[in-house]
Amino acid sequence: MSIVRWARGKSPWYFHYETGSCNGCAIEVFALQTPLYDLERFGIMNTGNPKHADLLLVTGCVGYRSGRVLRNLYHQMPGPKAVVAIGVCALTGGIFHDCYNLAPGADKVIPVDVYVPGCAPWPEAMIDGILLAAEKLRGAPVARDRRRLVEEEEPPAGGAGEEGKA
Amino acid sequence: MVYRPLLIAFGVLVLAPLLGGLLTGFDRWLSARLQARVGPPLWQPFADLVKLWHKDRLTVNVVQILYANAYLLFVAAALAELALGHDLLMLLFTLAFGTISLVLGGFSVRSPYSRFGAQREIMQLLAYEPILVLMVVAIYLRTGSFLVSRVVVFPRPLLPSLPLIFLGYLLVVVIKLRKSPFDLATSLHHPHQELVKGILTDYSGPYLGIIELAHWYELVLLLGLAGLFWATSVWAAAGVALLVYLAAITVDNVSARVTWAWMLRFAWQAGLGLAAINVVWLYLWGAGMP
Repeated sequence: MSIVRWARGKSPWYFHYETGSCNGCAIEVFALQTPLYDLERFGIMNTGNPKHADLLLVTGCVGYRSGRVLRNLYHQMPGPKAVVAIGVCALTGGIFHDCYNLAPGADKVIPVDVYVPGCAPWPEAMIDGILLAAEKLRGAPVARDRRRLVEEEEPPAGGAGEEGKA
Repeated sequence: MVYRPLLIAFGVLVLAPLLGGLLTGFDRWLSARLQARVGPPLWQPFADLVKLWHKDRLTVNVVQILYANAYLLFVAAALAELALGHDLLMLLFTLAFGTISLVLGGFSVRSPYSRFGAQREIMQLLAYEPILVLMVVAIYLRTGSFLVSRVVVFPRPLLPSLPLIFLGYLLVVVIKLRKSPFDLATSLHHPHQELVKGILTDYSGPYLGIIELAHWYELVLLLGLAGLFWATSVWAAAGVALLVYLAAITVDNVSARVTWAWMLRFAWQAGLGLAAINVVWLYLWGAGMP
């Protein structure tokens, strides 16, 4: 099963969700695709589809409304998956931490695995965070135990949230 | 030996994914280099496939799985037909069945993105299928047979007598490999995309892996068909196939996406027009050719 672990570490596809903020971190996440930072050399790809993704990149202050969307997207991702919170807003809410309409950090809404601090973080720091999350994917349980774990722990994915009822 | 065809088919179906994966990795590496990036390693597609196969099984409905498997089955069958030297017309029908399976899979879910992608896949089928049929007709007019096994023993290369058909086939390859400017239904291995992921939106995990594997078979099949244009020796055929692939990658990297209407117009006016001229020419004066 070591080949499975190897493949998981070498091919994390990420899905980026901007919860709504100044877009500073989002622009830096887009910069990861440029020839200067070139994430694809690690096998990391951007997908626009949570169903194809292994990593969820969250940037921005998580509002109670965008938090619902964030939770929905998280549940649409098939496991094993990991979440990377990028920027101080996604970590703690930053200067908006005591706003009435914001959750203080993405980890109040979904489980976050890697925290990348900064306002906005350097793209190098983001690459570091994404590779740390890829290490986490590598350590995820393989084979049959996984399916049992998933059934017990996670709510039914794919159909969760408002979209599933439509 | 009775088992020989079975052994050949088995061998080709085992080796084709290895070749298809390496070619896909080469495509991604070369595309990255053309964009002044370092790019992924050559084995990257294999890591992707293994990862996809070991993700959780998330499906929208059971029919979707059936169609993903049918797509793989038909494309693999088409490749086996090519390897065994069967009928080119039968090969085209099998390949079209595969594409239709993918379309039905896209239609079987409620996601509007998937349905849009499926509709665009039909438009792609509509654009390239007539060119492929004319290509087979032209091959028949030149060699007197629809059988691949007869075409490959034809003493002269086909390319000098089918130059316009070859240009049309280049267009078919770019459309069929879902390369820019025709990555309408879905785009593969690209960060840029439209309509989420088009026809593949609701496929995930192992089922996306199945479709990826089918794409590898499709790639090998299309390059194999390109090799028929110079089938007098294996090396010449491989060279032509490689040139076609390089041309497709280059076009992919220098062009932006067009609309489906533009694609249809271009394929029917330029592609079909060229192919038709070649067929008429072969029909009128082909008999006197050496």
